[in-house]
Amino acid sequence: MELTASRRTQAEPPPDEKIEQGSSKTLPMVVKIVALGTIGGLAAALTPALLSQQRWAFLIAIWAIVGALVFVYATKRYIPAKYLLPGALFLVVFVVYPILMTFQLSTTNFGDGTRTDKETTIARIIGGSAQQVDGARQFGLSVGQAGTDYTFLLVDAETGDVFAGTADGLAPLDAGSVTVENGVVTEAEGYTLLTKSEINTLSQRDGPLDGFAVPTEGGVIKAQGFQAVELYTPLEYDQATDTITNTETGTTYTPVQVGDRKYFTSESGERLSNQSWGENIGFDNYVRAFTDPRISSDFVGIFLWTLAFAVLSVATTFFLGLLLATALNDDRMKGQKIYRSVLLLPYAIPGFISLLVWSGFYNTEFGLINDLTGLSINWFGDPFWAKVAIIGTNLWMGFPYMFLVCTGALQAIPGDLKEAASIDGASGFVNFRKITFPLLLVSVAPLLVSSFAFNFNNFNAIFLLTEGGPFSPANPTAGGTDILISYTYRLAFGSSAQQIGFASAISVILFVLTGVLAAVQFRATRALEDVN
Amino acid sequence: MAQNSPGKVTATVVSPAGGGPVQELRGDELKGARWWAEVGWRHIVGVVAIVYAVIPILYIISASLNPLGSVASTSIIPSQFSLVNFEALFSDPNRPFARWFLNTLIVAVVVVLGQVFFSALAAYAFSRFRFKGRRGGLLTLLLIQMFPQFLAAVALFQMFTQVGEVVPAIGLDTMAGYILLLLGGALGQVWLIKGFFDSVPKELDEAATIDGCGHAQVYFKIILPLVRPILAVTGLLSFVGVIGEYIMASIFLRETTVKTLAVGMYGIIEADRSNNLGVFAAAAVLTALPVILLFQYLQRFIVGGITSGAVKG
Repeated sequence: MELTASRRTQAEPPPDEKIEQGSSKTLPMVVKIVALGTIGGLAAALTPALLSQQRWAFLIAIWAIVGALVFVYATKRYIPAKYLLPGALFLVVFVVYPILMTFQLSTTNFGDGTRTDKETTIARIIGGSAQQVDGARQFGLSVGQAGTDYTFLLVDAETGDVFAGTADGLAPLDAGSVTVENGVVTEAEGYTLLTKSEINTLSQRDGPLDGFAVPTEGGVIKAQGFQAVELYTPLEYDQATDTITNTETGTTYTPVQVGDRKYFTSESGERLSNQSWGENIGFDNYVRAFTDPRISSDFVGIFLWTLAFAVLSVATTFFLGLLLATALNDDRMKGQKIYRSVLLLPYAIPGFISLLVWSGFYNTEFGLINDLTGLSINWFGDPFWAKVAIIGTNLWMGFPYMFLVCTGALQAIPGDLKEAASIDGASGFVNFRKITFPLLLVSVAPLLVSSFAFNFNNFNAIFLLTEGGPFSPANPTAGGTDILISYTYRLAFGSSAQQIGFASAISVILFVLTGVLAAVQFRATRALEDVN
Repeated sequence: MAQNSPGKVTATVVSPAGGGPVQELRGDELKGARWWAEVGWRHIVGVVAIVYAVIPILYIISASLNPLGSVASTSIIPSQFSLVNFEALFSDPNRPFARWFLNTLIVAVVVVLGQVFFSALAAYAFSRFRFKGRRGGLLTLLLIQMFPQFLAAVALFQMFTQVGEVVPAIGLDTMAGYILLLLGGALGQVWLIKGFFDSVPKELDEAATIDGCGHAQVYFKIILPLVRPILAVTGLLSFVGVIGEYIMASIFLRETTVKTLAVGMYGIIEADRSNNLGVFAAAAVLTALPVILLFQYLQRFIVGGITSGAVKG
């Protein structure tokens, strides 16, 4: 009805058509101009800050977005692009780009203890060994920032000469380019000066100024409060041979690989320092995941449980859902609506609430389940029972969905098929097995596959129930109920040493596995045909 | 024409249960053993299922009314009635429930509106235009949807840390940043919505085009109004998804004032699993109730949405 009505108004335009046409063209134009103007304005407003901090990638990204928007919307061409671009931009910036970045991270050993680059680490090691000697040079200190790099701006307390000090060394600064007041630099060309509180923040443990040291001949310059002092150190780094030499004892230290990182170690195996640094390590993380005996045994175990968890979750929910749908799908039954409304409840409750409530049910002493059944199982203390608990909870949360899906599919199966079969003498069960079930399976198969893919990465079901536990004291990184995604989470964001590079490698492996699942789903849904 | 319209699809897939008077009469005719064999057992299964479905929910309600608020003192049937847990929710500044509720609402509404709007735009292009890369684009979307955003969490964390250094308003620990992050799924509903657009006959837009409508007018004035109910259900399903989003929120929203319900309530129960049950349950009741009511209200459409989603992949 509505359709014909709207069609008629289009077919018989009102007399004041020209005015209508005019106004209906102005509004979109105004919206377009305002929107493009706002976005362009935002980009322009951000530009100075990005320029001064030298964040080129960010700068290029936002202007590329503005360019794309203007290109698509300012002309009358590229009509499909006008509809696709806004969503696609979000997709590229917040999904595709992070995926690529994850791959890049997976080829590094980035993590706790390797957050600094090699140069800074060497400066720290040398600086850490330094001691103050009599008659050392003293400097007034300010810290300048250029982009993401920090520089010590130093004023010699005796001579008044001004220097710029970085991990590369000390370089004299032209007196004309800086302003010196009371023995410290207060302004410097090309640098943004940090305030004292900013310096304090950045100097905290693992901050960019933590252990910052400027190598000089025969020593290093380090900060002492808001002053800097030249310290004496016997250690010297030689870039050509990539070694650190102790000039007093003559011992040389070379980088030796331990696990995913390197330490400066002497020939006798003595480590100069426990500090290491971040670097590209190619595919070592992947090699490690499959060959390091402890990790690979964790990995295989977790992978198998991930599969089992996903398969069992789908199988149990589907079975129960189908059973209920079959039982309740009979028009002679009264109150079907009530049954259906109540059975929908577990599906309607936000998942995190259900999971947290159920986690309380498994309490050994007071939990509802041991209470009702009279058992005294230590649910989350035993890997087997913890797995049972997870599957059981997922069953409660998932069966209404399968029930709804199966009910819909059952009702779509034509009744005369069943009638014909029962006239031919098929009993109720044979009828179900030979006619109903195969037909139903055809229509719900795609859903079963996507449900499998969902559970394969169902982080909440694991983390909010058991947090991946129980853990054995010998192995705090892989718990008894960890699936791949919760294992990855702990590697990257857990409280113990973060292994971000390695976690990224596992993420990439998960991407590939999920992609394989996607391919299977493509086949199951015959999506390829649908698109043509 | 009517058969193809989305509303009709829903209606055929989920015909209202219970049946008319004729069917009820037939049910009543069955007596004794035959009734039990053909209909009665179905009720037994149904009642058992209802008990199974409802026990945990009763337990939450009972716990929320239990003034002691501990796991040990809570049973399925409430023994005491008290609203202290609800009062506690709104009085403790360490767990600003009202604030979390508001945060969640803001995040969910913005993300859902954005997602439905952007998805519907893209779905229109995929449904109505033929262009180079259309097939590839659709398949890419299907593939990308399979990846949980969390898999790139480390990279996203670094990205937002860096962005926050330049524009603190959208960095870590801001709702705006979290909303942007979730809008990475802006095209998440394209396939579903495209399916519904496909069922709107093309003759309609052709007629409108002949009458002088541009492509934008066809979209906003003709197609969108037709699929509005379906967009509402799509929105509701994604709304529930956003409310339940825990993992990214736990990484990105660490300060009490910007937390969403999922993160905040996890904090309540995690702080003291056995004694904070009452407060947690009260929060759970207040959070779940509106969603449950919405679900019951839109039940028919939801089932339709799920099943046609299945057909369309």
